[in-house]
Amino acid sequence: MTRPGNILLGVKDISLRFGGVRALTDVSFDIHEGEIFAIIGPNGAGKSSMLNCINGFYHPQEGTITFRGQQRRRMRPYEAAAQGISRTFQNIALFRGMTTLENVMTGRMLKMQASFVEQALYLGRGKREEVAHREKVEEVIDFLEIQSIRKTPVGRLPYGLQKRVELARALAAEPELLLLDEPMAGMNVEEKEDMCRFVLSTNHELGTTIALIEHDMGVVMDLSDRVVVLDYGKKLAEGTPDEIRGNQEVIDAYLGVSHD
Amino acid sequence: METLYLIFIDPFVQMAIEPAFLAEVLIGGLMSGVMYSLVALGFVLIFKASGIFNFAQGVFVLFAALNFVGLMDLGVHPILAFIITLGIMTALAFAVDRLVLRPLVNQNPIILFMATIGIAFFLEGFGESIWGGDVRPVRVGIPDTALFWETGFGEILVLSSDLFAGVIAAFLVTVLALFFHFTPVGRALRAVADDHQAALSVGIPLNNIWVIVWAVAGFVALVAGIMWGAKLGVQFALSTIALKALPVLILGGFTSIPGAIIGGLIVGAGEKLFENYWGLPLLGGATEEWFAYIVAMIFLFFRPQGLFGEKIIERV
Repeated sequence: MTRPGNILLGVKDISLRFGGVRALTDVSFDIHEGEIFAIIGPNGAGKSSMLNCINGFYHPQEGTITFRGQQRRRMRPYEAAAQGISRTFQNIALFRGMTTLENVMTGRMLKMQASFVEQALYLGRGKREEVAHREKVEEVIDFLEIQSIRKTPVGRLPYGLQKRVELARALAAEPELLLLDEPMAGMNVEEKEDMCRFVLSTNHELGTTIALIEHDMGVVMDLSDRVVVLDYGKKLAEGTPDEIRGNQEVIDAYLGVSHD
Repeated sequence: METLYLIFIDPFVQMAIEPAFLAEVLIGGLMSGVMYSLVALGFVLIFKASGIFNFAQGVFVLFAALNFVGLMDLGVHPILAFIITLGIMTALAFAVDRLVLRPLVNQNPIILFMATIGIAFFLEGFGESIWGGDVRPVRVGIPDTALFWETGFGEILVLSSDLFAGVIAAFLVTVLALFFHFTPVGRALRAVADDHQAALSVGIPLNNIWVIVWAVAGFVALVAGIMWGAKLGVQFALSTIALKALPVLILGGFTSIPGAIIGGLIVGAGEKLFENYWGLPLLGGATEEWFAYIVAMIFLFFRPQGLFGEKIIERV
């Protein structure tokens, strides 16, 4: 069900080193508008490093990243966020002291136009904005079915729900590109099914392009339109789930042989 | 036997006999505790948002008070002087961010801490070279009369300036609490305090936030400086007194705003009670200087995260 769209994000010949360690070497791929794109590979293959390059936490020494036709150099994370790239983290990075609602509200931070003073004093535009954003946030909360935990401090929520709140915070920014770093890690089957449903409906109903890292091959093959495989920081293969499943190199390096 | 009696029984007998005096001691203690809270609040704000222990916070209090008093002595109206000083403290926040914090970003916390010691010494010297080293009284029209409060168990003496300071501090704390909980900027500040990386990913620019936090800390320092200056006059000893905020922080927890406030009240009331009921009869007084530090040390043994601080749990 690949829907060929324009290239939203182009990664070209990216190399990233930490001192002498090569985290990524000459990696290139394109993410198209409207697709679900999966990055897979063994531990330490450079998957998270790749996401961190895309959203500006890391700056690759070589190569270019083009987003919406604009090539960029040394982008900072908040600039990436401002351009429409949201993300979640492998280890949940929520604001633990805040409630679900407040966490999701932070996702709207960049959409707020009122000046600092207006916001601080909660006057005029500041107040109107807060109300408008609150409506948008409630939509996201409804969408992800977390109404019942709106006022709960997220530190108290079970792991699966925390992951969902993190997704809600990312969606509140109305991103064009959503980066999910192992959205289903550590979840039970039921939670995984819920998360899959939300990822799919985000993609179908909101039209958000999604790039995700995931280890559960069943999930990856079901969800994704296209897959790229990394190994030791290099690109091993790229293609549709079926192509990847049949790729001998990928089977050797990562998927393993099925004995049946 | 005699000593044990003096330690464990006599003080409470005294309290029961003269409840009015007890109330006076308690009120006086709570009022000076409010002052400690104000200084501690400045520490907590900066520590929460940037993980930096700002040794210069005490000098901030002094520096703000010096500027305020200096301007007033030049004939500037108190309200205008307040606004100008606020501007100076904001400019100071900017300067600290650009000249000290940014070049040192990603360095060890100890290095940043050393840098704040540097800021402290610089400001102290800078303040003295501009405004001189004399003790200056603050006359902002805070009434300083003794009020007598008739109660069922006797007359209680309260200084109106103490009362005034208490009200101002309570007001300030309320405003800050509202600011942190109900405004987008406050939410951004709390977000940064919780998780730097996540804050960056939702698009909060850390640098701007740091400037805001340092400016808010400067504002708190200014209020504390004026209140304290009104009580003791603006003098260089202020920066030393402000270090009393340290035991307050250990008591309340370095990351908790309510902790800073309650810690301040406990230290203030505790040291006055100890001085009057135990210190004077047993040790001949002057216990106020060190009482808070002993309490802090005991806390470090048994509850190092403080009353309200985040539990220190390390997964192995």
